[in-house]
Amino acid sequence: MRRLLGAASPQSLRLMALFLALLGTILFFSTQIDGYLSARMFNRISTSAAVILPVAVGQAIVIMTRNIDLSVGSILGVVAYVTGQTLAALPELHPVLVVALAMGIGAVAGAINGVLVAWGRVPSIIVTLGTLALFRSFLVEYSDATTITTASLPAWLVDLPQKSLVSVGPLDIRVTVVLALAACLVVGVGLSRLRAARRFLAVGSNPDAARMAGINAPAVVFLAFVLSGALAGLSGFIFLAKFGNITVVAGLGFELKSIAAVVVGGVSIMGGSGTMLGVLMGTVLVDTIDNSLTRWELVSEFWRDALLGMLIMAAVTLDTLAARSLARLRGKAGGST
Amino acid sequence: MIRRLQSWEGGLLVIFLATLALNASFAPEFLTVQNQINLFQLSIEKIIVALVMTLIIVNAEIDLSVASVMGLSAVVFAYLLNLGWGGGSAALVCLGVGLLAGLINATLVARVGIPSLVVTLAMMIGYRGFARVLVKDQSLGNFPTWVTDLGQKGLIGPLPLSLLLFFALLVLLGVLLHRTGFGRQVVVIGTNAEVARFSGIGVRRVKAILFVLSAVIAALAGLLYAARLGSVRGDSALGFELDIITMVLLGGVSIFGGKGSMLGVFLSILIILNLRNGMALMNITGHVQTGVIGLLLIGSVLVPNIVNDLRGRRARV
Repeated sequence: MRRLLGAASPQSLRLMALFLALLGTILFFSTQIDGYLSARMFNRISTSAAVILPVAVGQAIVIMTRNIDLSVGSILGVVAYVTGQTLAALPELHPVLVVALAMGIGAVAGAINGVLVAWGRVPSIIVTLGTLALFRSFLVEYSDATTITTASLPAWLVDLPQKSLVSVGPLDIRVTVVLALAACLVVGVGLSRLRAARRFLAVGSNPDAARMAGINAPAVVFLAFVLSGALAGLSGFIFLAKFGNITVVAGLGFELKSIAAVVVGGVSIMGGSGTMLGVLMGTVLVDTIDNSLTRWELVSEFWRDALLGMLIMAAVTLDTLAARSLARLRGKAGGST
Repeated sequence: MIRRLQSWEGGLLVIFLATLALNASFAPEFLTVQNQINLFQLSIEKIIVALVMTLIIVNAEIDLSVASVMGLSAVVFAYLLNLGWGGGSAALVCLGVGLLAGLINATLVARVGIPSLVVTLAMMIGYRGFARVLVKDQSLGNFPTWVTDLGQKGLIGPLPLSLLLFFALLVLLGVLLHRTGFGRQVVVIGTNAEVARFSGIGVRRVKAILFVLSAVIAALAGLLYAARLGSVRGDSALGFELDIITMVLLGGVSIFGGKGSMLGVFLSILIILNLRNGMALMNITGHVQTGVIGLLLIGSVLVPNIVNDLRGRRARV
């Protein structure tokens, strides 16, 4: 066992632990909630995780570069509203163009963050704390406190959340879920296979070293924020399709939800490490717990946030302690040889 | 003198005087003592917590859980009063809740060594959750009159208890940060924790004290909030942490730690309060007010950076 622990990389151990935690959570709730292991529950959790997954992927890229993006919730709200409004005016717009529009608006918002952080050299937490308020107040002014309603949206969009792309046995994989997974997959493969994408990790793990290695660090950070904005835009599109009714508070609090998913997924908040598989599992784990607690009869739904907070804390604490004792174990093994 | 004016605090002072003059010219009643007190009263809980947040950020940490601790303390207070507890003992329990929350944060940050951003983010969800467990979706009120009087009316002349507490804490924490050995340690750790540790400073102890202090003061602010509003709900004080952090950062405290003054934060508080009040007088909605303050926050770091760049370029030529 010890040799096994010593042989596997910390990152793959973390992924295994996450997978076991996810499995344990699902098994536990299947004994607690009637009809838990059903296609309905699968749909409920997968479509709800699909809204948060793209934001989380974007947030992960930004956090890997040792920055943070607190404005994603506001970007999501702006994108959902503007896209919905555009669709109400131009219902003939091709779906692919709609997704492109949503991601485009998000990318522009992300570019504003990126310029300020990368070349204005304003710390990302300050920039995005500011744009969190700015983008939201833009939405309030722009919308004049009116609401986008399902009735004003074209039928294909309203039906989209119920549409399945493929069915695996009794399980339907919704189109929105495929969209979110595709975003996660593209970024994940890019990060592990593309040399250019590795720069996000290089800049995050040691900005000075990255610069000396000839990496244009500001450009990399800028790109991270643009991607984060674009992915928040994708989430905005999925949000619009899922809920249909968009008010000025759409996406409120998504910045914290996305950070929670990313951190549980094992991306270091200090930058420089993390995997998209981890982000995917982190997102699904947090969302599974969230969705299951609301249906658990043993505790009232008011316990949801309290338990969620404690579980996230427990996950992170275990991860930290395990990583430390693993490092100690390694240190000893290294010393004896 | 000129160097003084070029400092961060000098700039803040100029902005503050400008907003003051602007507001006074728009509404003559603006400068009355009562209006100034009302101005403070509207955000008194946030500005009290901003004082201790200053120490945390100078220490290169962050506490995102303060608003949830405020909410939890307010809810526990209302809950106990409705069970028939006396106000004093209920308030003590609330401070105890703050102490407990602070000890949890402190242990996880200082002992286990998890980044405070992560710890307090998770606990923000957690503490808020416990507040929701206690009140469900109701709102709790029916406080004894002496409690609401203490929260709303003047204690010494027109000055209410909360305002007196604010000024007392401003002086106390200002002295603690700038005039004591402990304060020096806070700054040194914020500048470079590694160096501080090798210089024999009890880094963990200092951090632990700060997180406990932060949560206890947040719990106190929660009590004041409950007393001022006369009723609480599960979402009381929701989202206050962002306003509080904005106040501190606009005050010139570096988010990377090691730099910042209580005077700067006090001036930034004055600016934000007056700016919001002035904008409200001009019928600008709350969301846009927040947007303007967001702009101010970014500009406050961006503009000095650009000025430095230009100066550097000129020097090279």
